[in-house]
Amino acid sequence: MAQVAREELPHDLMIWVLIVSEMLVFGAGLWAFLAVRITDPPGFAEAATHLHPVSAGIGTILLVTSGLFAAIGAQRNSARWLLLAALGGLAFLWLKSHEWSSLIAAQISTETHPFFTFYYLLTGFHAAHVVAGIVILAIVALRRRSAEISAGVAFWHLVDLVWVAVFPVIYLMGAA
Amino acid sequence: MKYQTQKIALAYFLTAMALFAVQVTLGLIMGWIYVDGNFLTEILPFNVARMLHTNSLIVWLLLGFFGAAYYLIPEESEREIHSPTLAYIQLAIFVIGTLGVVLTYFFNLFEGNFLLGREGREFLEQPKWVKAGIVVAALIFLFNISMTVLKGRKTAITNIMLLGLWGLALLFLFAFVNPSNLALDKQYWWYVVHLWVEGTWELVMAGILGFLMLKLTGVDREIVEKWMYVIAALALFSGILGTGHHYYWIGTPGYWQWIGSIFSSLEVIPFFAMMAFAFVMVWKGRRDHPNKAALLWSLGCAVLAFFGAGVWGFLHTLHGVNFYTHGTQITAAHGHLAFFGAYVALNLAIISYAMPQLRGRDPYNQVLNMASFWLMSGGMLFMTFTLTFAGTVQTHLQRVNGEYFMDVQDQLWIFYVMRFGSGVAVVLGALLFIYAIVAPRREVIKPGPVVEQAAE
Repeated sequence: MAQVAREELPHDLMIWVLIVSEMLVFGAGLWAFLAVRITDPPGFAEAATHLHPVSAGIGTILLVTSGLFAAIGAQRNSARWLLLAALGGLAFLWLKSHEWSSLIAAQISTETHPFFTFYYLLTGFHAAHVVAGIVILAIVALRRRSAEISAGVAFWHLVDLVWVAVFPVIYLMGAA
Repeated sequence: MKYQTQKIALAYFLTAMALFAVQVTLGLIMGWIYVDGNFLTEILPFNVARMLHTNSLIVWLLLGFFGAAYYLIPEESEREIHSPTLAYIQLAIFVIGTLGVVLTYFFNLFEGNFLLGREGREFLEQPKWVKAGIVVAALIFLFNISMTVLKGRKTAITNIMLLGLWGLALLFLFAFVNPSNLALDKQYWWYVVHLWVEGTWELVMAGILGFLMLKLTGVDREIVEKWMYVIAALALFSGILGTGHHYYWIGTPGYWQWIGSIFSSLEVIPFFAMMAFAFVMVWKGRRDHPNKAALLWSLGCAVLAFFGAGVWGFLHTLHGVNFYTHGTQITAAHGHLAFFGAYVALNLAIISYAMPQLRGRDPYNQVLNMASFWLMSGGMLFMTFTLTFAGTVQTHLQRVNGEYFMDVQDQLWIFYVMRFGSGVAVVLGALLFIYAIVAPRREVIKPGPVVEQAAE
């Protein structure tokens, strides 16, 4: 039975090992954030006011749209759509760098408040994955091998999915 | 033994076993110093005994890995080792370096000398000339092994072994990075200490265990390889940033507390995977290999590594817990079972597998060897439990109640007495193991009659 199930698994086994591992890491980070938040709800709410949920919301739209492009690229085996998806990732990074530089200009660092320790860690780790995803999308787009494209796009969807979890917890909970 | 050059492993394994005997004997002496603090203070101060105990452990484990590589790479690559002469030169460098280390630690003749003096960093106390010798020997080894693999068949086992051994050698270069800032010193120090045992060594472990499973259970290579790649990926994914669990209290930024806690919690997974791997292979395997001792050590390795490295590591890896427990006997409990389970048992497994073939003594049940497994492992588990209890009491008295270190040590005396007893069992087990692989010429025990009975 187990053998049959493994053969039915789409994509390479290793990409699933990676996806599950990443979800464990980001999941643990978000749960830890929520747990520490209980110790100081007003402090966390105050800290969150320094963020810009609207700009992060635009980033979310960019990333999810780019996920759609990647899916189309995988379906049609099209380098153009895959590179368009990578471009969405670049736009997301551009927004993110603006967000960080304005916070750093306001002298807010990882040590300012536990909120910002988690904020920088989670958004920083995520941005590192966006960078990796862009590189991967570019490589699989150029090589045009369908097994590699589907694995690369699966990774890009993971990057999307993680952001969709990070966005409400970090940006919206404080604003609510 | 299919290839002549596999014989190189014999010299490595025997040297490793000699150092193993030295290592556990020093452990026993230190166990007694914990009971009677003035024991041998003039002749063998505690810090010197500790350096010898830990250094000899590392060196013999490395010699075991090298021996394992010289044994299994010819079989995997399907060709002889590139240069046996270089392999023996490499061993000679290690032996000379080890002697140099022992003399330097004992007599400390060149204190402060750049090249010859003892260096004060825990586990990396070797004088610089020895460190340089280790690098030269490692380069010889990598050249020799890589040439063999490059010219021969490439398998998942050789790939993962090479990745682990290259990483191990390259990371050792950080032993030369020694900034005067203590926080930075420690930061680089862990690049060697942590990224060895929780990174590259795990790859070597996966490689050797994969080879043993392939030979002992007869499971298809394809299945073994799939498991090995998953284990290697999980080990590196969790282990590299798991270094963060050493960066909690050394002056590194606070975010390391979360990186360390999260990633090192995941370090349990590759050890669990290795245990699952070993058992699934044995269940699936159809081969009834006569070398039961090697199988016992392989399964024992996977189980004890999971508990020692995985469970006992997780026990104190979250920074909220570690705030209270770091540097107590909890660490000692974890260190002993983790090293024994993961790397000592691994080496003894490959030695148990290879020795009968290297000495031309197949078939061979190795009943004495199996007895030594239970004696040594039982002793080590008991030691782990006593140290865990000692550490729990110590954490409460010292870290919660704020009592003085030495006052607390007095109250832990009974645990140290019990630990000494378990140490005696471990030493006897180790000596029995060495006797079992070196001395008996022939040892086949006929199985008793099997009575067929209907299950009730």
